[in-house]
Amino acid sequence: MVHKILICDDSVSIRQMLALTLIDAKYNVTESKDGMQALELAKQNNFDLIITDINMPLLDGLSLVGKLRVLPEYRFKPILLLTTETDPEKKKQAKAAGATGWIIKPFDPDKLLAAIRKVLR
Amino acid sequence: MNSDINDDIANKYLTFVLATEEYAIDILRVQEIKGWSKVTQIPNTPSYICGVINLRGTIVPIVDLRLRFNLDYQEYGSMTVVVVVNVISPNSKERIMGVVVDGVSDVYDVTETEIKPPPDFGSVISTEFVDGLATVSDKMVIVLDIDKLLNSDELAIIDGLSQG
Amino acid sequence: MTTIDLTQVRGLFFEESFENLDVMESSLLDLEIETFNEELINNIFRAAHSIKGGAGIFHLDDIVTFAHNAETLLDEVREGKHDINQVLIDLLLRVGDILRIMLTASKDEVEYDTQEMQICQEALKKALIESVENIEEIPTVESESVEESVENFVEDIEQTSKEWHIEFKPELPILKTGNDPINLFRELQELGELEIIANTDAMPDFADLEPQLCYLSWNLVLNTTADRADIEEVFEWIIDECELNITESVLENSEPKVESQEESEPVLEIIEETPEVETSATEEKTTVSEDTTYTEKVTISEDTTEPVHEEDVVNKQLHTQSGTNSIRVGIDKIDNLINIVGELVITQSMLDQIGENFAHSDIIHLRDGLSQLERNTRELQENVMRIRMLPISVSFNRFPRLVHDLSTQLGKKVELILSGEHTELDKTVLEKMSDPLVHLVRNSLDHGIESPEQRKQVGKPEVGQLHLNAFHQSGNIVIQISDDGAGFDVERIRAKAVQKGWITQEEKITEEQLYEFIFQPGFSTSEEVSDLSGRGVGMDVVRRNIRALGGSIEVKSETGKGSKFSIRLPLTLAILDGQLVRVGNDIFVLPLLSIMESLRVQTKLVNSFTGTVEIYKLRDDYIPILRLYKLFDIENTTTKLEQGLLVIAEGDGQKIGLFVDELLSQQQIVIKNLENNYKKVQGVSGATILGDGNVALILDITGLIQLFRNQTKSPPHLPLGTIRYE
Repeated sequence: MVHKILICDDSVSIRQMLALTLIDAKYNVTESKDGMQALELAKQNNFDLIITDINMPLLDGLSLVGKLRVLPEYRFKPILLLTTETDPEKKKQAKAAGATGWIIKPFDPDKLLAAIRKVLR
Repeated sequence: MNSDINDDIANKYLTFVLATEEYAIDILRVQEIKGWSKVTQIPNTPSYICGVINLRGTIVPIVDLRLRFNLDYQEYGSMTVVVVVNVISPNSKERIMGVVVDGVSDVYDVTETEIKPPPDFGSVISTEFVDGLATVSDKMVIVLDIDKLLNSDELAIIDGLSQG
Repeated sequence: MTTIDLTQVRGLFFEESFENLDVMESSLLDLEIETFNEELINNIFRAAHSIKGGAGIFHLDDIVTFAHNAETLLDEVREGKHDINQVLIDLLLRVGDILRIMLTASKDEVEYDTQEMQICQEALKKALIESVENIEEIPTVESESVEESVENFVEDIEQTSKEWHIEFKPELPILKTGNDPINLFRELQELGELEIIANTDAMPDFADLEPQLCYLSWNLVLNTTADRADIEEVFEWIIDECELNITESVLENSEPKVESQEESEPVLEIIEETPEVETSATEEKTTVSEDTTYTEKVTISEDTTEPVHEEDVVNKQLHTQSGTNSIRVGIDKIDNLINIVGELVITQSMLDQIGENFAHSDIIHLRDGLSQLERNTRELQENVMRIRMLPISVSFNRFPRLVHDLSTQLGKKVELILSGEHTELDKTVLEKMSDPLVHLVRNSLDHGIESPEQRKQVGKPEVGQLHLNAFHQSGNIVIQISDDGAGFDVERIRAKAVQKGWITQEEKITEEQLYEFIFQPGFSTSEEVSDLSGRGVGMDVVRRNIRALGGSIEVKSETGKGSKFSIRLPLTLAILDGQLVRVGNDIFVLPLLSIMESLRVQTKLVNSFTGTVEIYKLRDDYIPILRLYKLFDIENTTTKLEQGLLVIAEGDGQKIGLFVDELLSQQQIVIKNLENNYKKVQGVSGATILGDGNVALILDITGLIQLFRNQTKSPPHLPLGTIRYE
């Protein structure tokens, strides 16, 4: 089964980087450029994993996680946050919002895939 | 003398006839040879610029060499030949132009040492466009510098705003 | 090892970073002093943040470091720890400038002057409230040093297999975070041999069982060469939501070499002591350990860096070759194209079908098909053209900064108003309009808007207004630059024109005609040549640039109230709505936009003027008649005015009646330029290829009027065939 992953980042280059890596690893990838778009897409599709940036226009990543977690189909789904912060406080916030885990930017492809392996099989 | 021959590389030249004289141009510059087709005249240009044609989507100006060299005008017809050449301008921009000649005659190998500087003779054309003279098959041909010729006077590129 | 093609991403990164810098700058300029505008500050933060994130991917360490400092400061600003004052705004503007320099240098692979960057970096550090440690925690640099020590460490322990005992008891709602213990175990299995013992003690009675909760805990035994950090990394995300106990019992080679342990100890210690602080340290460490844990991969870990670098070099080369002329296109535009092409295919197959067994009765279907084809073609053309269109905001966005800087420099107070930023125009037009616009804006600030004192004196508000506006008007783009400044000094322009000998002292001319002198080469009214607009580039160059784009510029001014420049530009450079006209056997194209009307000549309305020019009285206007056949020396044409047609056209605010034999069809034509292989010809803006394959010249009304004026003004000794270039 091919896993469907939604990625969400307002930066085109990061999004592209993610998409290329994931497509290369044979995942089915959908891209979105802000939290609102991601939320809409998430409602229309059933993604196996959502990877989202935190700092985004319209709807930030933490709020997105919050909104996803109340949707029945995303209650148990893994959601990973992309962050450049190494600050433990930020990670606590991420967990508090309901995120499964986080990926620190910049990431290299292997690190990214390893992180995904922890939540998708 | 003979020992120099090896260093002397022969280039191929296309020769064409204009009135009574035979001219040669570097064959590498010749893009194609085509028959006469209808030209669109450009207003307010010297008479030797016949106009422009559509060469597979590109607008190409046509120059009448007879008129350029102040020879008698000859009616264009089915026998008229247009030699399409690549011209390199001083600013190294490449342009495509067509020149109208009486007829194409032959292709010759001419080595550089065979090209002698032109005497200051009363030729119909100014020696500034002539690379030199060469004798092939007992005929004298005038080797033209088409870059100079087709970048002179009205054909010169005016550097300015025009780009692209 | 995953290798992906970074080429396209790299190009994107730079493009996007420059956009981010623009956002940063415009947001900074919009920030008002002492006002906390959360949205703007967030915009600025996000911009710096994205640049940092992207730069990390491409190992642009200096940019990461610099952007990181800026981001830290911005984060503090966001938390309200700083006053929003001019010093802060100026510092951040400076940061943007430096980032731009750094990014440009990286993109072009050239060096830049690091001195300014360092000065700015120092200023940033000073501005930071939080201590130095904050600044020095620079991810990439640090990770490199850690990398080294870990590599040494790994070499030493690679043969040392250890047995780890792991007690793992997740909190009940663990599943709700999306973390599944099974995945974690699988991940552990990747590290070595794993034995799993589940503990069901906490399972409630079936009646009380909540299926969404996890009542299990586990005892795990892992045999691995990996170290503690690797194991902890597996549990990283849930470390705060479980009880985790990891103990080791070494199997072989009981102790790693002392030397290496010293190096690695600090890292490990932090992890053991304070699980909360651990994060940054583990994070950096894991970058490396990920690859090095597998013994067979240790050798590979060296390769992991190399291909990336090689790739980078290739990327850079590719990028410099192709990057400069790229255009970013919205997906919607591409989707539209795909749709249209889809329809085109359908139309084609439909026509195919008709053609296969053609009966005369099919002619009606054929017509339908052809008209459908025509529609598809037109749509395709329009949509392809749209790809080249960019919003004018791309150009407008640089003005807030320019106005900010210039007005400060000039001691003037100016409010810049932008409108119509979404108006789209051709990318080439946009690029070529950039300099003329800057010139006009500078002009307005320099000569138009008065100093606050002067404005006060004449009863105007101290703050002057500069308005940049763009809109569509009958198939053209109009850009207006207007100010509420002093307007033109009519007397001074007049004096200058007299001095230049363009008019005599007595000559009476209208104000409009007077303004025309502004566009003459060698004109400059400014008495002391100012630093800003008096640099030899005059309005004549501005107009020439605009004309080169097939546009025109006109000016209106009212003394004491301000002036307004209106620039009219074609939507695109590649396609033109043309009116085909015939003169003798020649066909010419007139831009439809320049045609006002066409009419049959009533001879009684034709008058001769000074013996050389015929004038046609059209309602209240007197319009000079230009007999195209005369100007172009064309034979076999209609010479009697009443037998041909007069096309009233406008160029650069001047009207002219072009006398032609007849009007042919109107059509969209593709513009080919004459300059590629020939050169610019006055009165001709280009050429096109007609349906029959012949070439037709596209006439340029403004150029024609000039040509005509020169011919009628100058005595006949000006030899025909002499072309004047401007």
